[in-house]
Amino acid sequence: MLDDFFTRAVLAGLGLALVAGPLGSFVVWRRMAYFGDSTAHAAILGVAFALAFDISIYAGTLAVAVSMACLVSALVARGQAMDTMLGVLSHSALALGLVAISFVPQARSDLGGYLFGDILAVGRSDLVLIWTGAALVLGVLILRWQRLVTSSLNEELAMAAGIDPRVERLVLSLALAVVVALAIRVVGSLLISAMLANDTPVVMGVTFVFACLVVLFNLIADILYGWLDPRIAFR
Amino acid sequence: MSALIESSALTVHRPGTSEPVLAQVDFRIQPGEIVTVVGPNGSGKSSLIRALLGHMPLASGRVVRRRGLRIGYVPQWVQLDTAIPMTVRRFLSLPTRVTDAQAEAALARTGVAGLGARQLTQLSGGQFQRVLLARALLSDPHLLVLDEPTQGLDQPGIVAFYQLIEEVRRQTGAAVLMVSHDLLVVMRSSDRVVCLNGHVCCEGTPQHVSTAPEYRALFGAEAQGTLALYRHRHDHDHDLMPAGAHVHRPGCGHDHTAPRR
Repeated sequence: MLDDFFTRAVLAGLGLALVAGPLGSFVVWRRMAYFGDSTAHAAILGVAFALAFDISIYAGTLAVAVSMACLVSALVARGQAMDTMLGVLSHSALALGLVAISFVPQARSDLGGYLFGDILAVGRSDLVLIWTGAALVLGVLILRWQRLVTSSLNEELAMAAGIDPRVERLVLSLALAVVVALAIRVVGSLLISAMLANDTPVVMGVTFVFACLVVLFNLIADILYGWLDPRIAFR
Repeated sequence: MSALIESSALTVHRPGTSEPVLAQVDFRIQPGEIVTVVGPNGSGKSSLIRALLGHMPLASGRVVRRRGLRIGYVPQWVQLDTAIPMTVRRFLSLPTRVTDAQAEAALARTGVAGLGARQLTQLSGGQFQRVLLARALLSDPHLLVLDEPTQGLDQPGIVAFYQLIEEVRRQTGAAVLMVSHDLLVVMRSSDRVVCLNGHVCCEGTPQHVSTAPEYRALFGAEAQGTLALYRHRHDHDHDLMPAGAHVHRPGCGHDHTAPRR
């Protein structure tokens, strides 16, 4: 069953969507959409590192996404305004990533693949990683659900109930980093930030445009076959 | 009985600085007691509460909470993020899930029965304070901590809320630690008042505090009002008044059976 590239694509998408839904709710409730965006942008830098040092794409993006999450948490704890800081970090990370990736010869042609993902190229090992990671994050979310909701609603109420809001914030940031790292191959850096913000119109729009493009170019290719190769004829 | 929370020489700094908000505060609250902290803005009232609850690091001093102490906390000006849709019923189940019966009983006790299905954002200020109190009561606390619970309520709302608190204390025997600005009402419903301005200016029974020069210096004209409340028993002569001419209101602190001379 897994031999079919289409089955693998559906399974990979399903695994990601399962975890992006609940995690995305927190992103919306806590107004962390911009944070998700920055982490996803930073992941491009991770791809560049991974290709340059010849390590796994997942490891590279995970490392950069986690450092981004920790950096943001540390700066917020020091009293910096989150929006300003993300504005700087997000775009610096994306710019650095694009510059870095242009120095890696084998990636230059395939940049679009990391920005927009390539769900049809998902292999078996990718599937295993995606589903393991998604199950892990989902498990953490379910176990800590009450704590996470309480501290998202009001940090003081959470503290009074013996919950440390800083821990919950870090848990969410790390979960976000893991999901971004998982998603980079599948849906890409730009689409995962929309998925994580539960930004349904963007997700639907991008999906629709890509579906149309695939159908359109397949049709053009089929028509060109008849023209290029006389042995194939329309009946 | 031992104190529920006791602090000695408590000093707290403003976050990120070495500027003290509170210095050398000795504080204790006994079971079943209603203690109110009053003080001008920036006098460290909320910091005291946070330090006592352990939400804030101490610069020096000590806070001892009784072992196994259950605290019901109503924080100051709870700002709910409207991005989270949540019903009152669900809110009561945070962070510990409660049964429907428990939730309904808590709401009924604070006078907002039947609001369970309502969204938090659809509540009025008074209803919301009562829901917060209901949630605080669900853990069956030994101590209720309320940080300016009547902020944003009008005068009748404030009086009703304090009556509710006294009623809760009577029913559950929980101690109450409160921060408040409503001097008049506070003076009437507290067992003990702590007047705070970076340190403890004066403390004691409401009557003692309201006559203390430190308190009057802090609150000026408003203090005169609370003072009048307590001088009240001396401000008219019962002998010159025919019986029944003086109209008693709830909270009037004297009776006519043993006129004072």
